[in-house]
Amino acid sequence: MSVDIMRLSRRSMLELLGVSTGGLLLGVYPAVGIAAPGGKASAGLTPNVFLHLAADGTLTVTCHRSEMGRGIRSTLPALFADELGADLARVKLVQADGDAKYGDQNTDGSSSIRGQLENLRLTAATARTMLISAAATRWKVAPERCVAEGHRVINTVNKATLGFGELADAAGALRVPDAKKVKLRPLSELKRLGTDLPLLDGPAYVTGTAVYGADLSPPGTLIAVIARPPVVGGNVTSCDPSRAMAIRGVKRVVELRAPVPPYGFQTWGGVAVVAENTWAALRGRAALEVTWNDGKNGDYDSDAFRQTLSESVNAPGTAHRNLGDVDKALASAARVFDAEYHVPHLAHLSMEPPVALAHFVDGKCEVWACTQNPQDAREEVARVLAIDQKDVTVHVTLLGGGFGRKSKADFVGEAALLSKEMGAPVRVQWSREDDIRHDYYNAVSTQKLTAGLDAKGAVTAWRHRTAFTPIASTFAPVSRPLERDLQQGVTDLALGVPNVRAEACSAEAHIRVGWLRSVSNIFHAFGVGSFIDELAHLRGQDPRAAWLEIIGPARKLSLAELGVKALANYGASLEDHPVDAGRLRGVIERVTALSGWADRQKNGKVLGLAAHRSFLSYVGVVVSAVKRDDGRIAIDDAWVVADVGLVVNADRVRSQMEGALVFGLSHAFYGGATMKKGATVQSNFHDAKLARMRDVPRQIHVELVKSEAKPGGVGEPGVPPVAPAIANAIFALTGKRIRRLPMHLEVPV
Amino acid sequence: MVPIARRRAHDHPLTVNGVTHQVDAEPEMPLLWVLRDVLKLSGTKFGCGQALCGACTVHLDGKPVRACVTPLSRAAASKVTTIEGLSADGSHPLQKAWVEMAVPQCGFCQAGQLMAAAALLASNPTPTDDDIDRSMAGNLCRCGTYTRIRAAIKKAAGTR
Repeated sequence: MSVDIMRLSRRSMLELLGVSTGGLLLGVYPAVGIAAPGGKASAGLTPNVFLHLAADGTLTVTCHRSEMGRGIRSTLPALFADELGADLARVKLVQADGDAKYGDQNTDGSSSIRGQLENLRLTAATARTMLISAAATRWKVAPERCVAEGHRVINTVNKATLGFGELADAAGALRVPDAKKVKLRPLSELKRLGTDLPLLDGPAYVTGTAVYGADLSPPGTLIAVIARPPVVGGNVTSCDPSRAMAIRGVKRVVELRAPVPPYGFQTWGGVAVVAENTWAALRGRAALEVTWNDGKNGDYDSDAFRQTLSESVNAPGTAHRNLGDVDKALASAARVFDAEYHVPHLAHLSMEPPVALAHFVDGKCEVWACTQNPQDAREEVARVLAIDQKDVTVHVTLLGGGFGRKSKADFVGEAALLSKEMGAPVRVQWSREDDIRHDYYNAVSTQKLTAGLDAKGAVTAWRHRTAFTPIASTFAPVSRPLERDLQQGVTDLALGVPNVRAEACSAEAHIRVGWLRSVSNIFHAFGVGSFIDELAHLRGQDPRAAWLEIIGPARKLSLAELGVKALANYGASLEDHPVDAGRLRGVIERVTALSGWADRQKNGKVLGLAAHRSFLSYVGVVVSAVKRDDGRIAIDDAWVVADVGLVVNADRVRSQMEGALVFGLSHAFYGGATMKKGATVQSNFHDAKLARMRDVPRQIHVELVKSEAKPGGVGEPGVPPVAPAIANAIFALTGKRIRRLPMHLEVPV
Repeated sequence: MVPIARRRAHDHPLTVNGVTHQVDAEPEMPLLWVLRDVLKLSGTKFGCGQALCGACTVHLDGKPVRACVTPLSRAAASKVTTIEGLSADGSHPLQKAWVEMAVPQCGFCQAGQLMAAAALLASNPTPTDDDIDRSMAGNLCRCGTYTRIRAAIKKAAGTR
């Protein structure tokens, strides 16, 4: 398997345009969730795999991205309807199964809109072109004389109209036009663009009818709960199933094979208890008498590893960014200042633990799962069952949160293996303890930042060393961050400093490392955002001024100005998405204005600031820190300004920024999975804490920058600036500098 | 260990959302699994199994409890209300406020949040911010919808 795991370069969907399929045979579900596939391809217009217009006027839109809270199922239909000229009330949404014909379905990298907006619009524009063509032929007028709106085509010469449904069959008989000949509407005609779209699944969410990974039970479904080795790579040495088997409802105890490194998406191994209901399976697991061999990771201790990482960043690493001469500048600096920052492993903790249902019959496997990546799930199921991918169907349910965890197919593979073993539909239910102990954790990281200052205090040198367990280690023997890993907040950072070097330092992983919402940006933004604030205080400067000074003037940085050879840039070109210091300055200027930064001394507010570019978007955050009567420190107000380029669904962009503030606050206050003897110490929400209602400001003020720039990401970019903004506010309040997360270790929160 | 496995299960009458069922399960089985696995009422969610997250909040005689730690034997003595029974048609003022203010993100915790909020409003029709902090403290939301939950409770209460 390639180490190019993030799949940042998206397959072009253009080549998929014009592919006519019988796609409606697959994956036709009611809007609220999942039902057994059914229905027949009707006559009508099927210009591509995403759309079907029936003769009765019903427009079926296929959502090929997983819904885990960003509102893509609300956004896509409105986008298609606007581009096509369709009535949103006549749109029916279906959720796509995992299939390469949809292009990339891996719902990560904040890419659903940013990577695909134009191509998605093109699919709808293709349908519009064909409908107009059919109408023009019927009316014997030039297509230019026709417009599509209100679910009909209008003849502008004589005001005659034909409904979309009336035209569907005729349009469907036409050849699908070449994508180059299809014109997108001007943005001004997309009436819903940038508005607050209604939440399509809202009624289902609030009535308990929304269907998630654990909510389907075909007749005869058995439930499996698995006792997994505490240490990854460990295995079973002995197992006595007799007490488990004596429990009412327990059907079988099945041993699963241990994975072989690199672990990838392989199942973790262990002993499965399969039962008639979840309670029996859970009790059966508790009654198992199992002993484990911990294997080669059995001596991993994350506390001791902090020391290893510190040693790593105190020696030179592999340079991936070089500008000027850092060594010389540091040697001749009037003052050298450095600091080390540490962020622990972070767990995903989606409210819905991983869960998957599989049914293997006659050599074929059907799966229902809360997966972010149904194509990888399909591949993994085919691999573990040694069957062809065409014999695997993966239906995607709603996800009760994902955050990157549910891109990994290990839990789906478990269900497939056990269904085959049992000859019945099997749902594998992960408990919260399983989720916390067998995660693909965000990398543990230590950074050392060093600045050289001249006699006047100007920053003349900037050296950034970063050591963190690379994601690639999960898929290949890699023990040092790759160049592309540094492109999340290190080598793509706009700096107005003449001498810059960034180095990757070694860090060998002893757990499975994965990506968590905003990934390496989490710790890099914490390091950089804290360091800039430290430099401000060191020099007696307003932190806002330090940010603007260190970023430098508004400009778009070339590779040469960054001091790098190449930049993956989240899969986008630098022409479309430059590293734009002006936009980063813009969110800082706006968020400080919004939060009353200039008057903070007068109004008694203690504020902290940070900003960060990630996933091609720019987010600035200011938070207010207070000390409560009981001595606890709390964040009682927050302002977020996001420049994500063109906004499609404004309410869901705002809600992502609100959620990101809370997500970042959880990392900052409580985050951190620790390991002793290779096993994760935390087990449930009492020791793997998350922000609760009382921890969160009563309001989060979000402002979106009005922009027609190409859209950037939305789901992730709000997270990185939060923890440094909080650390900076706490410093302003207490004088205590927090260089290590989680903060509860250092201050009462 | 108490050999509950060998204890005979009995039919327990259980009234959920106004309908009485005869449930064949051990008296120790948590109400959560009775609802989800036996009665196939999947609106009540499993999040932690230890009364730490509130995703499984239901009402027993109008009072909020965590179904994951409430044994069938205790529930059988009360009237159980789940999210499916909060209203017949999604018309509870909280449900309406939730949709109007687009509270949910992934939605998974929201049934529990709504049941906790409904119990709060039933006992305290105009809760203060501090009341909301206290009453909603047991319900986690990883997506971070707390500010909207607070606003929607106030909207339903008519205090916003």
